[in-house]
Amino acid sequence: MINMDSGYIKKNLPARIGNTGLVLLVFGIIFGIIGFIIEPERTAYSYLPMFMFLLSIAVGSLFWVALEYLAGADWSVPFRRVAEFLSAIIPLLLILVIPLIIHMKELFIWMHPEIVAMSKVLQGKAPYLNTSFFLIRVIGFCLIWILFYIIFIRNSRKQDSTGNQGLTKTNIVFSGIFMPVFAYTITFSAVDWLMSLAPMWFSTVFGAYLFSGAVWSSLAAITFISIKLKENGYLHPKVNENHYYSLGTLLFAFTVFWAYIAFSQYMLIWYADLPDETFWFLHRWTGGWSILSVVVILTHFIVPFGALISFPSKTNPGRLKFISIWILTAHYIDLYWLIMPSFYVNGKVYSFSWMDIVFPIGAIGLIIVVFNWSVKRYNLIPIGDPKLQKALNFRI
Amino acid sequence: MTNKLYGLAALFDTPDKIIHSAEAVKTAGYKKFDVNTPYPVHGMDKAMGLKPSTVGFVTLFFGFSAAAFILFFMWWTLAKNYPLVVGGKPYFPLPAFIPITFETTVLIGSLATFFSIIALYFSLPTNSHPLHDSEYMKAVSIDKYGLIIEAEDLLFNKTQTEAFLRSLKPVSIEEIYYPEKVIYPLFAPKFIFFLIIVSIMVSGSTYITLNTLLDITPYGWMSIQDRVNPQTKSEYFSDGFGMRKPVTGTVARGFIPYPYLGQALPKEVLTNPLLPTEDIIALGKKKFNTFCSPCHGYTADGDSRLRGQFPSPPTLHTDKVRNYADGMIYHIITNGQNAMPSYAYQVTREERWAIINYIRVLQRAKNAKPTDLAEIQKESRK
Repeated sequence: MINMDSGYIKKNLPARIGNTGLVLLVFGIIFGIIGFIIEPERTAYSYLPMFMFLLSIAVGSLFWVALEYLAGADWSVPFRRVAEFLSAIIPLLLILVIPLIIHMKELFIWMHPEIVAMSKVLQGKAPYLNTSFFLIRVIGFCLIWILFYIIFIRNSRKQDSTGNQGLTKTNIVFSGIFMPVFAYTITFSAVDWLMSLAPMWFSTVFGAYLFSGAVWSSLAAITFISIKLKENGYLHPKVNENHYYSLGTLLFAFTVFWAYIAFSQYMLIWYADLPDETFWFLHRWTGGWSILSVVVILTHFIVPFGALISFPSKTNPGRLKFISIWILTAHYIDLYWLIMPSFYVNGKVYSFSWMDIVFPIGAIGLIIVVFNWSVKRYNLIPIGDPKLQKALNFRI
Repeated sequence: MTNKLYGLAALFDTPDKIIHSAEAVKTAGYKKFDVNTPYPVHGMDKAMGLKPSTVGFVTLFFGFSAAAFILFFMWWTLAKNYPLVVGGKPYFPLPAFIPITFETTVLIGSLATFFSIIALYFSLPTNSHPLHDSEYMKAVSIDKYGLIIEAEDLLFNKTQTEAFLRSLKPVSIEEIYYPEKVIYPLFAPKFIFFLIIVSIMVSGSTYITLNTLLDITPYGWMSIQDRVNPQTKSEYFSDGFGMRKPVTGTVARGFIPYPYLGQALPKEVLTNPLLPTEDIIALGKKKFNTFCSPCHGYTADGDSRLRGQFPSPPTLHTDKVRNYADGMIYHIITNGQNAMPSYAYQVTREERWAIINYIRVLQRAKNAKPTDLAEIQKESRK
């Protein structure tokens, strides 16, 4: 039985949005290639935050899709397609990772055998941190995410035409399998891409750190796009501030969750005061990096916390849109803060590179292009979902 | 019934009806009305025209107060009043205090919210409500949806309001009255008897608890052992002591007993093994000021505040004391003399010699010679 809820009319996004996205993407690609030719080492370091940013949003969105199925949430059904469209970046990660694999020797010092030969610690870590196993993990994780992406999205889209409720049940089962897989893959991705930049350093909560940031920023992206679409009449007209309130509450919850994880990591290292752990934070607290550290604390926690704590701020679309963009920026700054100081070690003096601007612009372009492409092909509302009617009548 | 009317209560049987009725009551202009449902009905706040609750500000206020208080508390106790170094951190290590601040904020904030809600909704100190024990309350606790318009409302008029409620087609309408005020006499025999029973039970159970129940050891496997507990008699040794005394004449390792103990005027004495270096004199001064000055005074003049209240302590600047050998003073400290007890347990052997060196310094300072003046002049001329 097809739930033919009238009220949703499929519309394509205006052509200028797709064009803008394409222009930004082409700009990013062209200047990115120029950067890789002129200054490959620095450009690889500028490229990594963007890659992690896209990975966060893509895999985080898939997490939200799976979480909705697993938790049996009904209010979020109208936004599920937004999350699905954002997770369409996942297959592209296999292409996006190519420049990093080409320049991985410049990124990771543990890939140099002569450096490993000097350090007993790195020799001990070699069974995990070696080039072949690294490549297996990177490609393997991408393939695992693509597999789950295809399962969720195919079932979800099939439901639009058939209205088969069994597809929801299938997706719930796969969500249950995906959750632990997601937990392990995101943890080891954090270790591989971010923690191993400083291979002597270690923190057991680091996986949860990336997880909190990824889930937070992808939810911010979903919130921003959903409100924008609703305001311009692309989403179902029945979506209202009750739904916004739920999105805002989750944003607030993950703001605090990130702070909890980040502070736990900092406090334990600060308290134990062991030189092989503290150097990572000390490096980020010397010179200009201390300013960036304060900026991370302010943008990633204090401002969103204050902005989202009150009831009206979670229901006001304008404020939610603003704070969503803020959160996306904050997550990018956080990734920059995690990655970039590892490049400027051994007395190298920091200098801002124009690549740091080019790649975020390209990333925005890529998100717009992928999203626009998805909107053209598929419904923005899962019209066959059995929970849709309940979701639209949702009230807090 | 002669009691005051509290309100008119109507029962409905579907959640849709209660929402529409609440909207109708709101549009009719009633302000003092309430809705009781067996579970939270979504959208009721809007239907009743309720404003968002202000209880959040109570949480905010108490949360911030608790955070400020606990931070001040930790600063005062650990950094200000009695500074303590913990784990080699600064006196006020903020990261270490954040978890405590966070937990206290959450705890006090939520407790304050909880109690303020209880106090507000129960309108403490009242502990009864006219709706208690009414058929209406029983029904809305099971499967009905109730709406009550209070008689205190300005628009309330019994006949008109009842007609208005009937127009909403409820299942039933009930008139709720304030409960009758019953005053119980204080000295009723029943009450007195009750008090006596209670007092006997409380004192009896307290007696049994303190004298019997607390003495029962639930698991005594570790405390009951074949060993001699402190302050108990040993069954094993005939003299009853649990610990054995060392054999007479036992000497501790590295310890040489003082050979002239108990002699009033020893024939020979020990010689001072310490040189009067700066460190030794500083140590001697410290120990002298602690143990000797209470009687002999800080300058060994015997001018402490005990003078006149006690057999006056002697000055150490007499010719007799100045002519004593170091070993003789050592003997007096160790053995005691006249009213002075032995200080062997308070002052170690090395400290005694240091004290003697310091006494020599004091004696020399009290007996300056003309040559000293020449020395000083020579110093100042340089």
